[in-house]
Amino acid sequence: MQALYAQLLVGLINGSFYALLSLGLAVIFGMLNIINFAHGALYMMGAFVAYFLLNLGGISYWWALLLAPIIVGIFGMILERTMLKFLTGLDHLYGLLLTFGIALIVQGVFQNFFGSSGLPYAIPDQLKGGMNLGFMFLPIYRGWVVIFSLVVCLATWFLIEKTRLGAYLRAATENPTLVRAFGINVPRMITLTYGLGVGLAALAGVLSAPINQVRPLMGADLIIVVFAVVVIGGMGSIMGSIITGFALGVIEGLTKYFYPEASNTVVFVLMVLVLLVKPTGLTGRAA
Amino acid sequence: MKKSIASLLLGTALAVTTAGAAFAQDKTVKIGALSDQSGLYADLGGPGSTLAAQMAVEDSGLAAKGWKIDIISGDHQNKPDIGTAIARQWFDVDKVDIIVDVPNSGVALAVNNVVKEKNGVYINSGAATSDLTNAQCSPNTVHWTYDTYMLAHTTGQALVKAGGDTWFFLTADYAFGAALERDTTAVITANGGKVVGGVKHPLNTPDFSSFLLQAQASKAKIIGLANAGGDTTNTIKQAAEFGIVKGGQKLAALLLFLTDVKAIGLETAQGLNFTETFYWDMNDQTRAFSKRFSEKMKNGAMPTMVQAGVYAGVRHYLKALDGLGGNPHDGVKVVEKMKSMPTEDDLFGKGEIQPNGRTIHNAYLFEVKKPSESKGPWDFYKLVGTVPGDQAFTPLSESKCALLKK
Repeated sequence: MQALYAQLLVGLINGSFYALLSLGLAVIFGMLNIINFAHGALYMMGAFVAYFLLNLGGISYWWALLLAPIIVGIFGMILERTMLKFLTGLDHLYGLLLTFGIALIVQGVFQNFFGSSGLPYAIPDQLKGGMNLGFMFLPIYRGWVVIFSLVVCLATWFLIEKTRLGAYLRAATENPTLVRAFGINVPRMITLTYGLGVGLAALAGVLSAPINQVRPLMGADLIIVVFAVVVIGGMGSIMGSIITGFALGVIEGLTKYFYPEASNTVVFVLMVLVLLVKPTGLTGRAA
Repeated sequence: MKKSIASLLLGTALAVTTAGAAFAQDKTVKIGALSDQSGLYADLGGPGSTLAAQMAVEDSGLAAKGWKIDIISGDHQNKPDIGTAIARQWFDVDKVDIIVDVPNSGVALAVNNVVKEKNGVYINSGAATSDLTNAQCSPNTVHWTYDTYMLAHTTGQALVKAGGDTWFFLTADYAFGAALERDTTAVITANGGKVVGGVKHPLNTPDFSSFLLQAQASKAKIIGLANAGGDTTNTIKQAAEFGIVKGGQKLAALLLFLTDVKAIGLETAQGLNFTETFYWDMNDQTRAFSKRFSEKMKNGAMPTMVQAGVYAGVRHYLKALDGLGGNPHDGVKVVEKMKSMPTEDDLFGKGEIQPNGRTIHNAYLFEVKKPSESKGPWDFYKLVGTVPGDQAFTPLSESKCALLKK
């Protein structure tokens, strides 16, 4: 029984990465209608930027949490301005192909220079060590990841669903012409939204750097699972992706305990089952 | 009528002699370096293995003697079907004579069958499974650098003898993990130890925390890592996070490469014991080779034992071809020649290739240095012990290879 609690908690930790990443995807899809396949590569860039900040500039993990999402977010906004904006009004497939190509190029460039086995990034001193919870040894850093991601997820949800800025954003995607008539710069809002989604991916990258190796393919390995999470949760639904992210982390953790060989596929089995019953995903609205 | 028969005979005779002449002078060789070029084993083999093969060709000096030796490379993506498809195309279309490297035991065993079918030469350096020279041995195959039997009988044995008598395995769920767990379990039980449990994890798993918690709960003295590359680095890093070593359990990295230690960092990797058959900083010859190699690598990496094995294997292969005077296209004949000559090179020293295709050379037990002991970016290992080749690898009396029963 104790082991089961431990697996639940571990699942929740992985779930926080799924939630952060799928949240960014949901924001981008919901606002821009782009299926952002470059998300994994941008997540990887977040981890690499944190590594560079520390090793080249001596800038700590704490600053990296702020700076890496901004730097990668700016890179994302440049992508949006120079390439993605031409996709407005086109079929989803074009966005998917373009961002997939971008991901391959970015990953290829990093792999060329840094190899595939990755670079070490230490856990910050303040978060080293762990606590004995009785049923498991919880590394403090992992606990921090869960709490921090929860806060970020809820803040993002609040920003989009409950503030005036969020209302503009949602309105701009519903009816850009009308919103423009009110004197709001819609293209700039779209660019900022893409930057926000990308920033969330980069933030997840910084969070994951001390746990996983900083590797060029770290995003490629994760992105497929995250897409399954988004599909199960319902494309574009903010709260749906947060809840599904955490829930699937837990389900995957339990699979690792009961039948480890299936842990890489359980998410996809679930995806098939959900789509059979409810093609729009658990919380998705019909198109 | 008589005249025409005579001319026909003459013509045939002529054709046979000219064909024979072409046969003897055929000095065109094509080498295929088949590896994981972009996945979790790309740094330990990958582009570095292709470079090692190129260096072996350059150092052989055969080009100056009029030989034409080309190298092509391929990415098997750790998938046996892709590996065999490339191998087949190489033999059928590209006229490749020899395939080298092939890390990932699953792919390696699949390619083994193709090479045998096409009568090519196969020098495997990257794969670990001892089955390549045991149950699935082939007259076309030479297994160069290391194998699961050797890893089990060096690292595994040393740890059991040092008191690690209860084990829990974290095993990569494919041919390599299964072979390494099997061979190590045999050593543990033979030395009076016991395996108390284990989990099989999918290849290329980013998060090991669930598995590590199970290992922790098992209370086994040793947690044996029957995985490799990115899987091993992630396991070791996350084990440190969960305080496994501090809690009194010991990690046995049954297979660890130089590039893995680089990726983990000395801070976390220090004190790990493991076995390799090559380390760049062993002597003047290995240092000289490694320096040349590193200068040609994009990220300045030193060679791993897999890449060193590709170099040594190709050097020995070319020596054998030189001895035969040409004709690289009959794989069995070339491999027989390779087995008949003792191996000797700057990287692995003196050795031999056994009739089952297993190359025998020294194996070394290493310990990862503390950060304070390391003097440079690749100064990682302390030599703990040397195991002579005849003790490290499967004794012929135990080998299940069919080639030995002739």
